[in-house]
Amino acid sequence: MVAGLYSETHVREIASSLSGLEGPLLPILHAIQDQFGHIPEEAVPVVAEVLNLTRAEVHGVVTFYHDFRREPDALKTLKLCGAEACQSMGVRALKAEAENLAGPDVEIETVYCLGLCATAPAAMLDGKVYGRLDKKKLADLIGART
Amino acid sequence: MSGPNVYVPGDAAALSVGADALANLLAATGANIIRNGSRGMLWLEPLVEVEQDGERYGFGPLDEDDISALLDTGFLTDPKSVTHDKALGPVKELDWMQKQTRFTFVRCGVTDPLSLDDYLAHGGFDGLKAALAASETIIDTVKQSGLRGRGGAGFPAGIKWQTVADAKADRKYIVCNADEGDSGTFADRMLMEGDPFCLIEGMIIAGIAVGAEKGFIYLRSEYPHAQIALEAAIAIAREAGYLGDKIAGSDHRFDLEVRMGAGAYVCGEETSLLESLEGKRGQVRAKPPLPAHHGLFGKPTIVNNVLTLATIPFILAKGAKAYEEIGFGKSRGTMPIQLAGNIKQGGLFETGFGITLGELVDEIGGGTASGEPVRAVQVGGPLGAYFPRDLFDTPFDYESFAAKDGLIGHGGVVVFDDSVDMAEQAKFAFEFCAIESCGKCTPCRIGAVRGAETVAAIIAGDRPDDHLNLVEDLCETMKFGSLCALGGFTPYPVMSALTHFPEDFRTAPAERKAS
Repeated sequence: MVAGLYSETHVREIASSLSGLEGPLLPILHAIQDQFGHIPEEAVPVVAEVLNLTRAEVHGVVTFYHDFRREPDALKTLKLCGAEACQSMGVRALKAEAENLAGPDVEIETVYCLGLCATAPAAMLDGKVYGRLDKKKLADLIGART
Repeated sequence: MSGPNVYVPGDAAALSVGADALANLLAATGANIIRNGSRGMLWLEPLVEVEQDGERYGFGPLDEDDISALLDTGFLTDPKSVTHDKALGPVKELDWMQKQTRFTFVRCGVTDPLSLDDYLAHGGFDGLKAALAASETIIDTVKQSGLRGRGGAGFPAGIKWQTVADAKADRKYIVCNADEGDSGTFADRMLMEGDPFCLIEGMIIAGIAVGAEKGFIYLRSEYPHAQIALEAAIAIAREAGYLGDKIAGSDHRFDLEVRMGAGAYVCGEETSLLESLEGKRGQVRAKPPLPAHHGLFGKPTIVNNVLTLATIPFILAKGAKAYEEIGFGKSRGTMPIQLAGNIKQGGLFETGFGITLGELVDEIGGGTASGEPVRAVQVGGPLGAYFPRDLFDTPFDYESFAAKDGLIGHGGVVVFDDSVDMAEQAKFAFEFCAIESCGKCTPCRIGAVRGAETVAAIIAGDRPDDHLNLVEDLCETMKFGSLCALGGFTPYPVMSALTHFPEDFRTAPAERKAS
């Protein structure tokens, strides 16, 4: 995903276009993150103004959820599942392996459950899912994307 | 001149092991590719089915290298006669399929998830038809079916619906909890990807029953494939007049929106989910008031799990009795059980309550994938207890598991072989709680952190007896002092590990490594 450059006008457009929804804040933040790759600090007061909320309220929501990033994403983020089903199939060792393999452009993020618990260990990269991972598949995955 | 019907699942689990590449290869042969949901036999994925004379023959688990050999056998023209080590024969006759009672998942893996014609041809919207014909008796039917909430708490669905129906308000809501965060569970995902109209139908019926005109599906962001399937299905249903102003030509109105979560496990808790839908931090609300009285935006709201709502069409179409007569004790009907982790035959197995844990793990699941002995089984997600082999005679139902200090939760069963370190698993239970705590109540927010530190001290061999007492004390406090199940149930995995596997906590680390 190519992140767009920050533009207040664009943030205001996104926020205004979704402000009619019931409970619009999460959809707005998702849309901003889709556009810019993260939630830029400057976007917070703009969203607050459009929704007639305080900056603190918007900040509180941005920081509560694991998905919302306040900094630009690494070039590639491998979301490796760290939950019990994947643990039972050796993801702890695999994670150490992944961190060794990952170059500076790849971030290994631990997520808790991709719902691929019968094809564990599992990971997600660029919205695609990968199951039955072993060291070789993981190396291919990280290698192919760096 | 179209080729044979070939089914290649579009389910995320199948995609994770290469289904797309197979679909592309097979499409190039001129076959008519249908991206069905998964049958639930996930160890056989990608499972390709080729239709011949109305029968579907399975081949799996396939990878790209198998295709050329299979094409040489003529498996696309005469799948029935193929001899190949991955030829499985007619899929519906496989043991795994034969042993199930599929009510909720009757169409999953069978139909094209986004074909309304397919849905209708397989009994789709029969439940809605029955509901529209006798809308005043919907809730009685749901009550008589004995259906309990499949999210984990097991609260009788009909009573929740009655409470919302009786509440007076200008607006009511139906909220589907699709924030399936428990490790070892994927039934909601499979259903939303494999039979999304079924969930939509269940929600429409709920709306008619209680007088709600708006529904939300709160879906976790880790399920992008389910989002695509649901949004497409909603658009198709709206176009066909099943959503909107005059549902199926009646005077009822109902419409639906999918809302994405943002990576917070605690939002699977219903009040925290409602906060999140309202656009706030996903912090738990104190109960009462119940969401049935004071739910989304303060209005009476049904919050039900995906499986609960997706079971409604069956109950309405086939009658309460057909559902109620299957089951065990106070747990009526079927449970879509998910076998996961280190298991030879993992997948979704829907069966009447009452099957024992041992039957599930050893017979249905075939033991571990690694071939090593089963040591522990965690049932009910990260907040569920670890069961040793000694408890394998426990029948799978809400009360029997509660009697053994466990829970069935959302029906996830995660198998571990004998390499598991249960002290490590207990530590993880606290760590997970610390990561996911909403922070509102002290026992959960602070207890989880202290718990992880204390188990770490035990693992390091630092005054283990003192620290074990401390962990037990902490678990008491969390169990009785937390606002919701996250803090309140974290003691289940911890205490079950301590109770059933004490040796893992009392052996010095060096000896544990050596043994």
